[in-house]
Amino acid sequence: MAATHVSATAGAVEQALRGRRTDVGGVAFRIALFGALLISLLVLVILLADVFRTAWPVFRDRGVADFVTSNISSLPERAGVRQGIIGSLYIVAFVVVIAIPLGIGGAIYMEEYARDTRLTRVINANIRNLAGVPAIVYGLLGIALFVQFQALQPITGGRSIISGGLTIAILVLPIVIITSAEALRAVPRSIREAAFGVGATRWEVVRSHVLPYAAPGIFTGTILTLARAFGETAPLILLGAATGFLSTGSAGFVDTLKGPYTALPTLVFAYARKNLRAFEQITAATIVTLLVVLLLVNATAIILRNRYERKW
Amino acid sequence: MAGVSIEARPAGTSLSVSDLRLKMGRRRREGVVRRVFFAAALVSVLINVLIVVTLFDGTWDFLSRVELRLLWTDGWFPRRDMYDIRTIVAGTMVVAVVAMVVATPLGLGAAVYLAEYASRRARRWLKPILEVLAGIPSVVMGFFALIWISPNIMQSFFDAGLFSLGAAGIGVGILITPLVASVAEDAMFAVPGSLREASYGLGARKRATTIRVVFPAAVSGIVAALILGISRAIGETLVVAIAAGGTGGSLFTIDPRQQGQTMTAAMTALATGSDQVKGATLAFPSLFFVGALLFFMTLGLNVMSERFVRRVRKSY
Repeated sequence: MAATHVSATAGAVEQALRGRRTDVGGVAFRIALFGALLISLLVLVILLADVFRTAWPVFRDRGVADFVTSNISSLPERAGVRQGIIGSLYIVAFVVVIAIPLGIGGAIYMEEYARDTRLTRVINANIRNLAGVPAIVYGLLGIALFVQFQALQPITGGRSIISGGLTIAILVLPIVIITSAEALRAVPRSIREAAFGVGATRWEVVRSHVLPYAAPGIFTGTILTLARAFGETAPLILLGAATGFLSTGSAGFVDTLKGPYTALPTLVFAYARKNLRAFEQITAATIVTLLVVLLLVNATAIILRNRYERKW
Repeated sequence: MAGVSIEARPAGTSLSVSDLRLKMGRRRREGVVRRVFFAAALVSVLINVLIVVTLFDGTWDFLSRVELRLLWTDGWFPRRDMYDIRTIVAGTMVVAVVAMVVATPLGLGAAVYLAEYASRRARRWLKPILEVLAGIPSVVMGFFALIWISPNIMQSFFDAGLFSLGAAGIGVGILITPLVASVAEDAMFAVPGSLREASYGLGARKRATTIRVVFPAAVSGIVAALILGISRAIGETLVVAIAAGGTGGSLFTIDPRQQGQTMTAAMTALATGSDQVKGATLAFPSLFFVGALLFFMTLGLNVMSERFVRRVRKSY
């Protein structure tokens, strides 16, 4: 009796340990999880396929060059994106000139200079908060600062490229700071200590030792910021980029900057809100242009990351 | 590079403090550089202050002039001086809820798969997909919501019109899925392997380990991911502006099949019609009032989310 009991138990234990029964629940769980990922992938594929398919007739019938070099038009068969591309490049130029140096400088202060004081913590909280502010709220800031504020209005010219560019620059600033700070943090302490050890000052340590090692990371983050700047739409709509369009006349450089403008993503918005049937293809073609630009920017970032990435 | 000058000194004299001190020029440069970087860091504080001042100023301007009963009427029609807050807040909530219904299973499922099940090689292939999805501009998702999600999902399954809060909500949900997935995955990845091994050691299977051990251990981070997702969904603008309709205003509704207006879409509608808005004097200041509402809602959610994230960091 006792012996059979033991042997039965041993058999059961052996079977349980071998795990002959397939774990149906476990497999189902795994499939469900993979399904979640697969749906995300599927949405991406459908999105791209749908947009490209809708845009295809425009590129086929008119050619890429014609669409890209045509101006905005209320006639779908003549509408193009030239002004959008130029406007977007202007805006990105503002980001490059203003947000990137300012952001890297701020990151250097926070990572290399700041001690853990109350003020440092306040600045840190501010940066994190800014990163979470909805984009459209920056548009309101832009309106108040660059359009309504009487002292600045003559300089910016109201709802102009300058206002839009400055607003986007402000919007991406926290992202530049956060990504640059991450890159600086990844540089090992020993490099700094070695430089301090031979008598370098803090700035010399940063300039000659920390920055060169952090540069690839900062660079990659910076390029991703540019991608964000290319795609950002909401603040520009508040700042007049959806209704205005870049003058194509021979106005001077400063006048152009103070004049009405549009950008690639706001053009998508403007076309999408016109008569949907008539402008569906044009909107899709504009999106394709925007996505190609973003792809180029992101690919650059990825290539740089893979080429210069360093493991410590 | 400025080196340290070493001078020959007569035997017998010892180094003094002044020998070790930096030369004036170098010291001054240090000070200047430090101040420049400090100023750069302070800019973010300045921007924050400006945002708050802007919003308060505009809100005060609006509230001091508007008749308060107009804030509680049948709908949001700024051109007709009807500023019903309920309408745009309810619209925002509907979009956020639909978005979370989409993003919670997709985002968390993807996160659990990537953190617990995927091999290293699979991770290398799968993560970039989510990153690409995260890089799709919201204006593109808005167009997709209008031309694909709306006809194929909302119109055929839910009997909605071309423009609906639901279509916008689904679009927003897809847009925030990568964010939810990445924050949640970070949290699960931070759970130490020893906990999993202990669980396996007790005979638990992978699924039990994931659900009963890893998930509870990472729950703060997962909650943080969801809160962050809600915050992003509330602030998302373009998808709603394109796909939800209600550009001229909207009646109060909580039905996702209806057209509607969210706080963000109301703001873009006010701005794109800026020429017409100039006549009605209060429509423009109402922008800042809505903006302030939005700012403080997202701020509250972001602060909450950060609290939760910090709890994860503390425990491991």
